[in-house]
Formats: sequence, structure tokens, C-alpha cells
Amino acid sequence: MRRDIPLIITFVCGLTMIVQFFIPHWPFGEMKSYFQQSYMIIAAFAMILGICNLTKLHLKKIRDKRSQWGYSIVLLFGLAAMTIPGLFIGGIKEDTIFDFLFRNAHVPMQATMFSLLAFFVASASYRAFRARTLDAALLLIAGFVVILGRAPIGDSITWFLPEGYRMSEFANWIMAVPNTAGQRAIMMGSGLGIVATSLRVILGIERSYLGGE
Amino acid sequence: MAFAVNLIIGHSVAVLTEIGVGDIREVRIIGWRLEKLFSRKMSEGKYLLTPKWRRSGRSGPVPVLFLAVAILVMGASLGVGTPSSVIRPGPPVNPSLCDRPNDAGGAIEITWEASHDDSRGRGIVNSYSVFRSTEAVGGFANIATINTGRDRYLYVDDRVKDDERYFYKLVAETGSGAFSEPIVIGPVVSSAQWFHSDRWNMLLALLIVSASVLLFIWMARRGKELYIRPIAGLQAVDEAVGRATEMGRPVLYIPGILDMDDVQTIAGVAILGRVARKTAEYETPLSVPVSRSVVMSAAQETVKEAYWDVGKPDAYHPEMVRYLTDDQFGFAAGVDGIMLRERPATVFFMGAFYAESLILAETGHSIGAVQIAGTAMTSQLPFFVTACDYTLIGEELFAAGAYLTGDPRLLGSLKGQDVAKGLAIAFIVIGIFLESFGYHWLKDFLKVN
Amino acid sequence: MNHGIVDKLKSIDRRIIFLFVAVAVVVPLLYPLGLPLKASPPSRSLYREIESLQSGSVVLMAFDYDPATDVELGPMSLAIIRHCFRKGHNVIGMALWPQGAGLARTAFAQAAEGYDVEYGVDYVNLGFKAGSIVVIDSLGKSIHESFPKDVDGRPVEDMPLMRNVRTYADIDFVMSMSAGDPGLPFWIMIAQGRYGKKVGGGCTAVSAPMLYPYYPNQLVGLLGGMKGAAEYELLINTKGAATKGMDAQSIAHALIVFFVIVGNIFYFVSKRREKRGDVRV
Repeated sequence: MRRDIPLIITFVCGLTMIVQFFIPHWPFGEMKSYFQQSYMIIAAFAMILGICNLTKLHLKKIRDKRSQWGYSIVLLFGLAAMTIPGLFIGGIKEDTIFDFLFRNAHVPMQATMFSLLAFFVASASYRAFRARTLDAALLLIAGFVVILGRAPIGDSITWFLPEGYRMSEFANWIMAVPNTAGQRAIMMGSGLGIVATSLRVILGIERSYLGGE
Repeated sequence: MAFAVNLIIGHSVAVLTEIGVGDIREVRIIGWRLEKLFSRKMSEGKYLLTPKWRRSGRSGPVPVLFLAVAILVMGASLGVGTPSSVIRPGPPVNPSLCDRPNDAGGAIEITWEASHDDSRGRGIVNSYSVFRSTEAVGGFANIATINTGRDRYLYVDDRVKDDERYFYKLVAETGSGAFSEPIVIGPVVSSAQWFHSDRWNMLLALLIVSASVLLFIWMARRGKELYIRPIAGLQAVDEAVGRATEMGRPVLYIPGILDMDDVQTIAGVAILGRVARKTAEYETPLSVPVSRSVVMSAAQETVKEAYWDVGKPDAYHPEMVRYLTDDQFGFAAGVDGIMLRERPATVFFMGAFYAESLILAETGHSIGAVQIAGTAMTSQLPFFVTACDYTLIGEELFAAGAYLTGDPRLLGSLKGQDVAKGLAIAFIVIGIFLESFGYHWLKDFLKVN
Repeated sequence: MNHGIVDKLKSIDRRIIFLFVAVAVVVPLLYPLGLPLKASPPSRSLYREIESLQSGSVVLMAFDYDPATDVELGPMSLAIIRHCFRKGHNVIGMALWPQGAGLARTAFAQAAEGYDVEYGVDYVNLGFKAGSIVVIDSLGKSIHESFPKDVDGRPVEDMPLMRNVRTYADIDFVMSMSAGDPGLPFWIMIAQGRYGKKVGGGCTAVSAPMLYPYYPNQLVGLLGGMKGAAEYELLINTKGAATKGMDAQSIAHALIVFFVIVGNIFYFVSKRREKRGDVRV
């Protein structure tokens, strides 16, 4: 019974979402937006669960003085510093404490994390891009053409070639033709995988997301 | 008062543009500014002429003055636009009405072509007005005004009642307020449809794919042997968990950063169940940081059930699954911190990832962990392929659940999926030939609405 | 080649690589090289599309990104808005990402500096609305119902620009600046697929390969990453942050190619050494 009720709910909701796609008549046509809005409301309230989980974990860490518990204080301070002004002191509009913290702390931190990618791409490339086989060598050459062609330096180093045959043109061709073909193929395969997985979940054949077998 | 002000300004705008003083945008700005100025002044109690009437509480001569000016200006504008000098534009062309197709009712589509005096003609038509009534003659109410700028217009009136007859009147209007001959069309009745007639091709595709999947599931249940090609990443799962056990270090599992409404996350949580069974059997510590609260709840249930099924309920504790943050890079920073502190021997990335994928994978590599990734995000696959030991590409992620259990029903669904893929390839090849020779019926048939 | 050096360089501390990358990025920013730039076909196509719109057209612009990707998408947004203002188009901004509303405010403020435009008359910022694809679909029924107030809480009904803009039928072009989900694919699905509107896109460089399949049928044009932004700045003859970053991007890309080549040289050298080592044994 404990397992059956979630399976029934999954089946009914899944079937409803399929049916509403084909039947515009009330009540089916309204179902999609109803379920989507319901999900958004549930997700918003579920966030409270997440925050409670986070807070409980770190308070416990501070109480038990586990390894590096000082960082837990920093985390809880950060959580309070953004939440309290945002909810109680001026809100989230321009020129509030929240806005100040968002622009001067959150935004630079996000930008910093994103910019790590530039460094990690370089170290990953140096370590992993090896022409072990012919296929890998061809892929590397295509990679070089795209890396250089997608920056002004590509055309600068192929200045001697006629217009239309410089590095950027080849890079554009690689992006528009082989890359697009490969992307479409993976997308189609993934799409079919999604259909099959969804069918299994709706029909109750795949149950591991509920736990156990 | 506001009515008087609007009347003056509205007519002034119309007159000025009609007689060519300034372009419509400049005059519109002046009009808007004047409107705002008067509203502000009045709300501040600052009447322009006689403040003492305001103090006395009576309205005094100011409103009367405004009305007088309004009447004068209206008269002037009528003088400018006398019947002898006003140019009546041509009416909308080829108007038609129909019930909006494939909807839940309550909507009617009105289409028409541009008047001969629209932008391609004399260019004097500014807008079209749409009126609606339940009778053929009289009772028309203005329901919309559409700006010009197209050759063909479509307006959807979604405030009608089903099974009731409606008539519509269309009029073209110039900037000076001159109207064309009205065109009355109707009656039309709106209704709801029980089937979306433009989607029957998708229904057919869904039935074929579903039938194929169900057929192979049925065949698998009857004992038919189904061959599935080996997938290196999935074959390495046992070995990877074993490695973590031997090294006495935990297993880190990340089910992506999207919510449970994404199929990749469902696939990721499904695989988590199987990995959790292994860690329960081997008594290897398991850590599952998540980015969404709903995923946290689902993952906690999955891991708990896995530990219960293996008979190790005491080994499970809820802190195995922890929520970090919804923020993408905050989550990446948090997971990086967990990796550097806890130094897991094995890391699984199974689900949907975005730009943080390389940050996570590189950090995992730097601590010497064995990394197995799986995602259907095509933009992140190159990063995982570069930085991880094994990568499940696209549909291999969705096949993982079936592969790891060996359940015939799940394996059957993989075969059914392959049949559908074969059909897709056949359509592509046929389509290339047909399109190359100028036959578009297959493309039109497969169009998604 | 000395085996010791080869081994050391093969497993070089990655922080040294990071240092090289840092120098490659910082130096060209301080001392620009002025490498020539050329616009790619997807960028030119987008430019032509906006250029060909009748003056006074209404462009709906979705700011679906956050501060992390503002470096790539911010200059793009600015260039597009400037182009629209120059052509006399009206721009309606909105966001499906929470931080997008604030980034839209900044972009409009910067773009408005050089042009005689007025808020509420020439451009409007409707702010953020949660709901992803539901919001995109709702614009086909009523923009005013989905966004009754603008980002600062002012009623949309009172704005001259919005008085005659009610649904997609009143919008001439949709532009989505997208860093992920929800983003451009949803706009293509709904605005282009269901309502037949022309859609243009801007995205991060990493997402560009995934979105190329939509060009040119579902997407009239696509700006990919900072290079796309720089290309658009070139097309509108206004040098901005993206153009300034192109030299740094060029040198960084060249450095990565250099690292890959060097890494492969070491790989082949050590492979040959292993073979010779087997033969000796």
C-alpha cells in the first residue's frame, strides 16, 4: 500500500499530462497549467525543508564542534545576512541592504566561480586532449580550428588565405554542419530515452526513484 | 476633470499630427507629460488659477474653465476635420471569422487584410478597431484597437461564451479620427474541441513508440533473451564502489542540479538507488549533496529504502543526503568543498548539469577520485568526457537503470526504444531523398504543432 | 629529450597552467592588440533582421540570465538595445530568471544614455515572473494579465508603449538572451512554434553548439558568447566591453592550443620511450 499509492498518483498524473496534450476541451486543457502551478507551489514550500535541513546540519556541526565547524558559522551568518534584510529590512528593491549585498558580494562570487572555467579548461585540455587514435587526432584538429576560428586570432593567422577560406569560415562550417549533426543525433537519442523512461515511470515499471526495487 | 484634460490633450494630439505638426512620437510624449503634470498638480492641490477655491473646498471656476477650453478645442478640431476636408480611408479587406481551432472554447479568430490606405497605400490608416455584438444590427461595443504595420491581421477575441452567436464590425481609422466604412461580419459561434486535429501525427508517433516499448517488455517477460551492448561506465560501477570501500573513503553522488520534474533527475535518482544498495552492502559511506529540496526528499527516501532492502537500516542516516543551495555556482562551490574535505574515492555525476560540470569534474580529478558521469546535456558532455574516467552519453543515462538491474522488463523497454530509433533513421533517410526531389509531404506530415 | 623534464612537465602542477592563463588574459586587457574581428553569418542574420524592422516596431527582450553570465550576455543585450533605439524600435524587457530583472534595468540605463528615449514611451522593464514556459505561453493570451505592473510596481496600463501591446500579435520580434533553463529553447517552442513570431537569440559560448541546430529555421539569428557580442558591436559600430575582451580571448585560446600541442608532444615522446624500453627488456 505504501508503494502502491505513489504509483497510482504517478500513473494518474502522467496519463493526465499526456491526455491534455491531445484534448483541448475542459477540464483537460486546463490540467497542464494547473499541475505546473501546483508543482511550483510545492517546490517553493519544499525550499523550507531544504533550508531547515541545511540549518540543522550545520547547527549540529557547531554544537559537536566537528572538523572545520567554523565554516558552518560563516554559512549560517551568510544565510541570515541575506534572508533577514530581504524579508524584514527594506525588501529586495534597489538601494536596500539586500541589494547592496547582492551586488557587492553575491554577484562577484558568482562571476568568480564562473571564471574558474577558463582555468579549468586549460588544465583539462593540457592533461586530457591526446591524439591516441586517428579519430582522436581528427577531433583535435577540428578542435583547434574551432578554438582559433571563434576568436579574432584565427583570421589573423590565416590572413594570407582568400576571403571565405580563413579560419573563422572553417570554424563556422564545423559548428553549423558536423557539430549540428552530432548534436541533433544525441538530442534525438536522448528524446527517445526520455520517452521510454517516462513510460516506464508512468506505468510503474521503473520504481527505483521511490526507493528499493 | 481628468476627462476634460484627456479630451483636450487627445484632440490636440490628433489635430497636430493630422495637420503635420511634429511626428506622432514627439506629440505623444508631450501629451503624456502634460497629462502627468496636470495629474500631479491636481493631486498636490495646486490649481493653476485660483487656489482660494481649492481652500474653500468648492470646485470653483477651474473645472468650468477646463471644460470651456475642451469644448473650444473640440470645436476647432471638428473645424479642422470638417466633412469637406476629412479623408475617409478604405475599409479592411477580406475579413473573415472562425471559431479558434483546437482550443477549450471561448475564443474567436478574426482575420483581415490591410486596408488599401494602410502603409502600402496612402499610409493614412493608423489603426483598426474591432467591435462585437450579439446582434447583426446595433449593440456593437469596441473590444480592441490594433496598430497598423502588417499585410495581414489576426485578432483573437477570447472573451466570448460558447454556443452564442456573435457579430463583428471592423473599421479602419486614421490619426485624425476619420473612420472607414464599417464592415460587419458574422454570425460565428465558438466551441471547444475534443481533439487537437493538428497533433494526430504526434499521437500516431506516441502510439508506435509506446507499442514498441510495451511489445518488447512483454517479450522479455516471456523469457526472450535480449542483447544489450556493454556500456563501460555502468560495468565500472561495482568496481568503483569497491575501490572506495577498500580505500576507506566515501562515495560522492550528485544527481544533477535540476528539479524532479526533469527526466534526467529521475534517472539520476533511480541510479542512486542502485548505488546506495551497493554502498549499503559494502558498508561504504555515501554522501549525496543536492541542489533542490524536492530532490532531497526523493533522494532521502530512495537511499533509506535501499538500505532497508539490503537489511542495513542502522547504517542509514538522513545526513547522507543534504541540501546545499539552489544557486548553480553556490552548489558547485559547496560540492567542491565537500570533495576537498572528505576526499571521496569515487564520484558519480548522474543527471542534468550546466556550466558547473567542468568545475566539479576537474576538482574531482584533482583529488584522484574515479569519476563516472552521465548526462543528456549535449553541451556538457565534452567536459565530462575530458575530465571523467567514464561517461554515459545521452540515452545511456536512461538505460543505466535497466542495465544495472538486468530486469527483463526494463531491458525490454530499451529494445523498444531502439526500434523507435530505427524508424526515426528510416524517416530521415527517406526524407532526405524526398526533400532533395522537391516532395515536401513527409516534412509537412512530421511537422510538430 | 631529457626524461626527467618530460616527466615533470607531463604532470606539471596545474597552478602553473592557471598562472599562464591569468597572464594571457590580463596582459591583452591592459595592452590591447587590436586584432581584426569579422561578423559570422548568424550574427549578421540577426542584425539584418532587426535592421529591416519598420521603425517603431515592438521588440520583446527576455533577460534570462544571471550575474555569472553577465560578462557574455550583458554586452550582447546592450548592443541589441542600442540597435533598437537607433532604429526607433520600442523595447519591452522581461525576465524569467530572478536576477534578470536587475540586469535588464542596468542594460536599459546604460543604453538609454546615448539616445533620446523615455521610459514608458520607448522602453519598459516588466521585471521577473516565475513560471518558465507557462509565462511565455501566457503572453499569447494577455501580457497585461501576466505583468500588471512593471519592475518598480507601476501599472503597465498607464504606459503609452503598453497601451496597444496586449499579446504576441502586437509584438514584431522576440529576442531571448539565455544562459540556460528556462531560456531560448522555450521561446522557440512557444513564441516561434505556436505563435509564429520571429525569434532571435543570444547565449553563452558553451550553449551555442546546442542552439545551432535551430538556426536559421526557428532562430533568425544567434549570438554565441562574448565573440557574438563583439560581432554585434562591430555591426552597430559601437565598441563595447565585448570588443575589448576579444584580444584576451584570442590569446587565451591560442595558449590552450599551445598547451594541447605541448601535451601531445610529451605524450608521444614518453610513448616512444616506453616502446624502446619494452624492446630493451
